[in-house]
Amino acid sequence: MCLGIPGELVELPDDDTDLALVTVSGVRRKVNVGLLRGEEELAVGDWILIHVGFALAKIDEEEAASALRVLHQLGPAYDQELQDFATSDVG
Amino acid sequence: MRFVDEFRDPETARHLAREIAALCEPGRRYAFMEVCGGHTHTIYKHGLEDHLPENVRLVHGPGCPVCVLPMGRVDDAIAIAEHDDVIMTAFGDMMRVPGGRGSFFDAKAAGADIRMVYSPLDALKIARNHPDKRVVFMAIGFETTAPSTAMTVLRARAEGLENFAVFANHVTIIPAIKAILDSPDLRLDGFLGPGHVSTVIGCRPYEFIARDHGKPLVVAGFEPLDILASVHRLMRQLAEVRCEVENQYSRVVPWDGNRRALEVIGQVMELRPWFEWRGLGFISHSAMALRSEFAAYDAERIFDVPGVRVADPKACQCGEVLKGVLEPWECKVFGTACTPETPIGTCMVSSEGACAAYYNFGRFSRSRVREATLLADPVVRR
Amino acid sequence: MTSGTERASWAEDAVAAHAGAEHLRTEDQVLERIERARRRRPRVREERITLAHGAGGKATSTLIEAVFLDAFRNPELERLGDAAVVGVGDTRLAFTTDSYVVSPLFFPGGNIGDLAVNGTVNDLAVSGARPLHLSAGFVLEEGFPVADLRRIVDTMAAAAAAAGVQIVTGDTKVVQRGKADGCFVTTAGVGLLDRPGTLDAGAARPGDAVIVSGPIGDHGVTVMLARGDLDVESDLVSDTAPLHTLCATILDVGGTAVRVMRDATRGGVATIFNEIATASGAAVVVDEAAVPVRAEVTGAAELLGIDPLYVACEGRLVAVVAEEVAADVLAAMRAHPLGGEAAVVGRVADDPPGLVLLRTAFGGTRIVDLLVGDPLPRIC
Repeated sequence: MCLGIPGELVELPDDDTDLALVTVSGVRRKVNVGLLRGEEELAVGDWILIHVGFALAKIDEEEAASALRVLHQLGPAYDQELQDFATSDVG
Repeated sequence: MRFVDEFRDPETARHLAREIAALCEPGRRYAFMEVCGGHTHTIYKHGLEDHLPENVRLVHGPGCPVCVLPMGRVDDAIAIAEHDDVIMTAFGDMMRVPGGRGSFFDAKAAGADIRMVYSPLDALKIARNHPDKRVVFMAIGFETTAPSTAMTVLRARAEGLENFAVFANHVTIIPAIKAILDSPDLRLDGFLGPGHVSTVIGCRPYEFIARDHGKPLVVAGFEPLDILASVHRLMRQLAEVRCEVENQYSRVVPWDGNRRALEVIGQVMELRPWFEWRGLGFISHSAMALRSEFAAYDAERIFDVPGVRVADPKACQCGEVLKGVLEPWECKVFGTACTPETPIGTCMVSSEGACAAYYNFGRFSRSRVREATLLADPVVRR
Repeated sequence: MTSGTERASWAEDAVAAHAGAEHLRTEDQVLERIERARRRRPRVREERITLAHGAGGKATSTLIEAVFLDAFRNPELERLGDAAVVGVGDTRLAFTTDSYVVSPLFFPGGNIGDLAVNGTVNDLAVSGARPLHLSAGFVLEEGFPVADLRRIVDTMAAAAAAAGVQIVTGDTKVVQRGKADGCFVTTAGVGLLDRPGTLDAGAARPGDAVIVSGPIGDHGVTVMLARGDLDVESDLVSDTAPLHTLCATILDVGGTAVRVMRDATRGGVATIFNEIATASGAAVVVDEAAVPVRAEVTGAAELLGIDPLYVACEGRLVAVVAEEVAADVLAAMRAHPLGGEAAVVGRVADDPPGLVLLRTAFGGTRIVDLLVGDPLPRIC
């Protein structure tokens, strides 16, 4: 089961309902963070993965940045190779 | 949208596509199964296949919990819904799944009180607001969704609610993957592992696939770049003659899973001895039911469900599509007897089903369309 | 489980009905056969009306064709324009009607009264007419607060004034408690067609530009969230607005090079793109990245698992204009208060006929089909 959306924590639960306030592009939703209790330390500003009204995981921003870095590195390196190849003189 | 838009960048996609093409051995064909219905949907929604070389094929798998629900269970749910004092609640995807006598939508038109919800917590809210009614939640989904159902049952118990119950149809992913691995017809080079199931169960459960079956598996996220990046990792493994489980979705998937989520499932649910999967037959220890301590919240114990098995129509080839043996268009009834308006099988109903995704998003001739979109290019940003 | 296995007779019957269908060998053949089947006259298979019949997608158009058109057959009706074009002597009039059943009645940005006036004004305006007179019929539920009725009616008066129309006739009925959801409104309208030419979806030709007047989906998402069933909130408001002056601007600048205008209501812009493709027999190719949509609408849509392309608007239009006037029309729209974010989102192409193609922001391709049923949110 898959539909999971990243959202930003704007308010932590203030009672025992486990309901936190999360925002997705300015749209605010109450999300139950009970599945992260004991798993993660949550703070306002953290990003979490929302699935059917529950937080399933905290998004690891470093991992996300690292994943993107790897992907972006592929591009320029390849283009550089292409450029070098095109301009190299094998004569 | 953060953590979404960056993973939809077309420039990076083009680079990745070139990398993937560069890793292809001339003359070799590659087939990777994407297990999860969410992956199927993303692939079609973003037109991801346009970035893949001709000889790399993505095969759709059985990871769509709506798709694997047998008709008899739909009938059981409708039987529950038909009680005068019952409000049946279900996710939108369930509303048009055809049972032996019709779908939830049909039952609703005939007078049953069936409401669409986005969360089991919505169902709980309805139960609180309607103390004179019995509210039943149609719980479907793999391990991704089971913890949410379990938490909701615990909350119902904590609040002392007496009019809330769950009709449990949660299934587990590993038996579905095993059914694929044991299928003689399938020639797969690797798997794209289900990203969100893995946030709960982690990556260890897939190790047997690499170790015992010699197929690499990359746990993949759901944005199109995640999927392309995962295909790239699989291609690298093949090129480097490695066979491992990798975690591409590491920003969200912990290698060891979510212990609290697993605890909560274990507290509230237990494995059924066997369960029928549409198209895959009876599989042992593949689905969950509520434990007896939670009998007061178990719709199967509260209501008399007919429990009749309804055989799939002979012409229905959902099973083969779910196992990746057939492409949607190859099914004998695709587009004729079976269309999104008149679905015979579940693959055509669920928005994650391969047939629905292909019919609604992919139903065009690729070569003709390439010409058309090139002609229309003045508008399109390169 | 009890023993015994049943068969689903409805499914066996459905398969039997297609028993003659040959098993085709190639993907292209299968796709061809589907296109042919879709061009055939649709039949209503259901015995009862379902909510899908009201969603503005396939079921709605099937119902219209197979039940209403079938009974009321005449060429003007069959054109299925937003308004009918009728003649009285040398005068041409546009004539249209719509019913409003929105729930909740009051939502951020307006109420049923705004929709009732603006919706009908817009149907007239996109047909190229100058909206003149409206009628308003009310079906009220026993117990409905008079204060709420006054609010709705006052809103309608203000909206009518803003649109330069008068509500000249009407009707009121009351039904017992539970038989109408508070208040249903039906409006009909006439407008004067005093410009040369006729706007027609069938007139779209390869090379034409497809323009959307502003961000899509505001109304639908606002109303969904206003229902209060979901624990979701936003600052979105409905985009309900009268488009008559925007339409006039488009026609002033584009003249007879404007093929068609449609207001995007239920079913969203995707439904209109499909109507244009089907009526003209051409293809409509849309650039996903060019379609204006607010971040909140995208966010809410992702959360609910729906596609903004299908979400209702109430103050947006789609215009198809010949390439040579596209830039000027766009500039004029952008200068208009209701068209500030207008954008060219696509082109009409000649192939594949009748289909709407989307160039995704990811650089891939897919089709945009008519909805089946209501936008069902995904969970997976």
